[in-house]
Amino acid sequence: MIEAVGLTKRYGDKTAVYNLSFQVRPGSVTGFLGPNGSGKSTTMRMILGLDNPSAGQVTIGGYPYRRLPNAPRQVGALLDAKAVHGGRHARNHLLCLAQLSGIPARRVDEVLGVVGLQDVAKKRSKGFSLGMGQRLGIAAALLGDPQVLLFDEPVNGLDPEGILWVRNLMKSLAAEGRTVFVSSHLMSEMAVTADHLIVIGRGQLLADMSVRDFISHNSADFARVRTPGTDPAQREKLTAALTEAGGQVLPEQDGGLRVTGLPLPRISDLAHEADVRLWELSPHQASLEEAYMRMTQGAVDYRSTTDQRAGLQQQLPPGAVPPPQMPVPGQGQPGWYAPPSPQHGGQPFAMPQGQPPAGPYGAPGVPGAGVPNPYAQPAQPAPAQPAQPAPAPSPAASAQPSSAAPDLTKPEDAR
Amino acid sequence: MAATQVLRSEWTKIRSVASTLWTLSLAAVVTVVLGVLISLLSKNEFDNMSAKDRLSFDPTYISFAGMSLGQLAMIVFGVLVVSNEYSTGMIRTSLSAVPQRGTFLFGKMAVATVLAFLVGIVTSFVAFFLGQAMLGSHKAAIGDPGVLRAVIGGGLYMTLIAVFSMGVATMLRSPMLSLGILMPFFFLISAVLGNVSATKKIGQFLPDQAGSKIMQVVTPLDDDVPYGPWGGLGIMVLWVVVAVIGGYVLLKRRDA
Amino acid sequence: MIEVAGLTKRYGEKMAVNQLTFAVRPGIVTGFLGPNGAGKSTTMRMMLGLDRPTAGDVRIDGQHYDRLKDPLTYIGALLDAKAMHGGRSAFNHLLCLAQSNGIPRSRVHEVLDTVGLTAVAKKKAKGFSLGMGQRLGIAGALLGDPRILMFDEPVNGLDPEGIHWIRNLMKSLAAQGRTVFVSSHLMSEMALTADHLVVIGQGRLLADTSMADFIRENSRSYVRIRSPQRELLLDVLHRAGIIVVENGVGTLEVDGHRPEDIGELAAQHRIVLHELSPQQASLEEAFMQLTAESVEYHAHTDTPLGAAPPPLPGEQPGPPAPGPQWGDDWKKG
Repeated sequence: MIEAVGLTKRYGDKTAVYNLSFQVRPGSVTGFLGPNGSGKSTTMRMILGLDNPSAGQVTIGGYPYRRLPNAPRQVGALLDAKAVHGGRHARNHLLCLAQLSGIPARRVDEVLGVVGLQDVAKKRSKGFSLGMGQRLGIAAALLGDPQVLLFDEPVNGLDPEGILWVRNLMKSLAAEGRTVFVSSHLMSEMAVTADHLIVIGRGQLLADMSVRDFISHNSADFARVRTPGTDPAQREKLTAALTEAGGQVLPEQDGGLRVTGLPLPRISDLAHEADVRLWELSPHQASLEEAYMRMTQGAVDYRSTTDQRAGLQQQLPPGAVPPPQMPVPGQGQPGWYAPPSPQHGGQPFAMPQGQPPAGPYGAPGVPGAGVPNPYAQPAQPAPAQPAQPAPAPSPAASAQPSSAAPDLTKPEDAR
Repeated sequence: MAATQVLRSEWTKIRSVASTLWTLSLAAVVTVVLGVLISLLSKNEFDNMSAKDRLSFDPTYISFAGMSLGQLAMIVFGVLVVSNEYSTGMIRTSLSAVPQRGTFLFGKMAVATVLAFLVGIVTSFVAFFLGQAMLGSHKAAIGDPGVLRAVIGGGLYMTLIAVFSMGVATMLRSPMLSLGILMPFFFLISAVLGNVSATKKIGQFLPDQAGSKIMQVVTPLDDDVPYGPWGGLGIMVLWVVVAVIGGYVLLKRRDA
Repeated sequence: MIEVAGLTKRYGEKMAVNQLTFAVRPGIVTGFLGPNGAGKSTTMRMMLGLDRPTAGDVRIDGQHYDRLKDPLTYIGALLDAKAMHGGRSAFNHLLCLAQSNGIPRSRVHEVLDTVGLTAVAKKKAKGFSLGMGQRLGIAGALLGDPRILMFDEPVNGLDPEGIHWIRNLMKSLAAQGRTVFVSSHLMSEMALTADHLVVIGQGRLLADTSMADFIRENSRSYVRIRSPQRELLLDVLHRAGIIVVENGVGTLEVDGHRPEDIGELAAQHRIVLHELSPQQASLEEAFMQLTAESVEYHAHTDTPLGAAPPPLPGEQPGPPAPGPQWGDDWKKG
């Protein structure tokens, strides 16, 4: 069990973490999400006693990390895969760690076996790939057979087998009743690994809830409906009927319809009444990524802009230019920032704006407290997405770089 | 024109890293300052010298005494220009932008060589004039026979040292390995071979000993070197050509 | 268009790439998948003329890479975010690339803007985080406005906003008719980005198909049906010779038939359906199935499918997740 109460960290006049309170409970995998620069790494470091909080405290099993009796046997962490002396053998690296905390040497060989590094145990870790370094880091975390485990971006550099393995490892550690706290940027990976989520943005807590709740709170579930592709009239008829019944209908690129606001049986009945045959009627839940994007829209540090592509002599031959909106086969992904789910009326998790702390991230250019947030564009669904291909550079697009000036005064994450 | 594009690109590369500035300025400063100090010492010691030493006293060569140390900075410059590409991984980006490896290597070397020559020739002239100013009554004038050749030769010598290092670094790729071989080669091995009479004959044909002959105006009395100033420089050029061709062939053959 | 024909690379005894033949076509995003050590990087390096093939060749728009004039205007590549001199500023890094290919200086400002690095253009690249380095690498790839783009693990180090951005960037580049070739280990990311897949294992081509076909061929896909008139529906399906599996919670599953067929059948018999959804396995499952089989075939072991795959060259996959037994005998006390 990890418990943070009013955790705050200031660097000079910059507030990296502000008044964070949360609990990470045993028996489940808790994901720790947030944009770059949101304070994730700082929080992880405070949990491990590497940084001192400016205010508040964080405890593991009731003790701050530094006062934890025999800490290495209780807490294991993977913070940075490259935090290893490169000239040392993998086995010797682990042996050093084991001896520091009175763990028998036999255990070293055990964990090397667990992470699949037994064959390279005698090699210097300098020659390790990122994935192998990651496995060595995981081995170190498991060394003390701890009840509490922290992982920062554990799948970095792993191949698909490795990713699957780490995912299953984390789940099984949680199933054994351990506390597993994982930070990651890979939403799709988190969606299949974590049971619970803690989301922070600009150093403040944005959400602390189960993955399922998080997704349904932050995005609308929808139904995908397809009518016979041979008969466009049927599709229009159904669209009209569904809209009349109060549903919201968005056309999808492959000819299907995305329907929100109506339960599946109701859609079925309406189709029946309108005498429309259905080729597909499937329930869908928005992705974790979509939900996350919606929530953190205002808390992102920098944005990219459209490629203007002026001043370049080489143009595409006229024949090579397909229609700007090319259907993407196999996926029903409409415009990204779909309108906020109607049942929650606007932004359910808007950035806390009411009680701004004294200038979080005092860096210039950051939309902080009091300053109107140039990134938050809740009223504008699609145009807020800068990476959409603009067929021609419009005045609006060229104005974007200045209004969404990226703030790169701080690194993405302390790596 | 692909070649001019590569030259322009290599110029941007070389001027946009800090190591260029500090290696070249170190080479110039060390050569000049050390030359001035040794010239000053020599002037004060002149009266205590034996007649033989006075006869073979070479004021021009004395003012270039700093080059033995200054050339080490030139070596670092030559090595870093090439091996930085490898140690940073930039080589993959560079070679995908310029897949003609010959054009790439010779473009890079051309830019670095011109830069090294400019710095070398300026250093050489400054070292000469400041050195002569220290030598007082024993000084040589630029119009004296062989002096202008020696001063220009000093600039050429520094340039060739840099090019030789580039060739070696292209062969070896790693900056640590290249410096680890070149530094002792010029600082220890050459000196040891040159001072032991048994190996002196071999030492004479090493690039730095052969090349530095160009900077001598007064030939020592017991000199038995089988080549003149230009012959010496020619020997050095041979070394450089071998190193550069070796580097080119390896670069051409090797996977990047 | 990238054409690879009989491409082979041997390092001593080891065949890193073995007789690869495939084409990467314009207008779509092609994913390049394979376990670690499968030869992906070697293949990409040979495409860029960095490594010399032992046999076979690669053509970029019909030409060999080293015959291209100003190659950056044909093909832009992100190979390794750290393939740059850390002491050089982002702007100068791009400028020297641009100059070597005769690309105007103004384009450097444009691509810096595109990737969102304008504010740090004058900063040295060594202070960049992995994500920023990645953005700079992408800027380098876009520099020549090339018709072909190649990305090796582009989302490495990016945060979700960055991941989302690069995904849309790749899709829009493909939609403009360009050839986009991406390697990644993140199956879930690939599933969202790629239209077509080239899969290799142990240097050999395992698959070269569309994403949909790949998933269909390498895993089970079925149609899930719910209906208030369950008995009637079962009867109708039975009479049509369609095999139905009931899965207990009131839903029916049908293998090997398209949802449109079942929808038409239900409409004919006036049966109300509350759900008619095609179900597909994830790309990851399909990939695991394919590579596990291939590796198994080469290794001649008889591990059952779905168990942890046997070790692959280059990187050992971990054994199955640890059981509760470890450390039991010396537990802290």
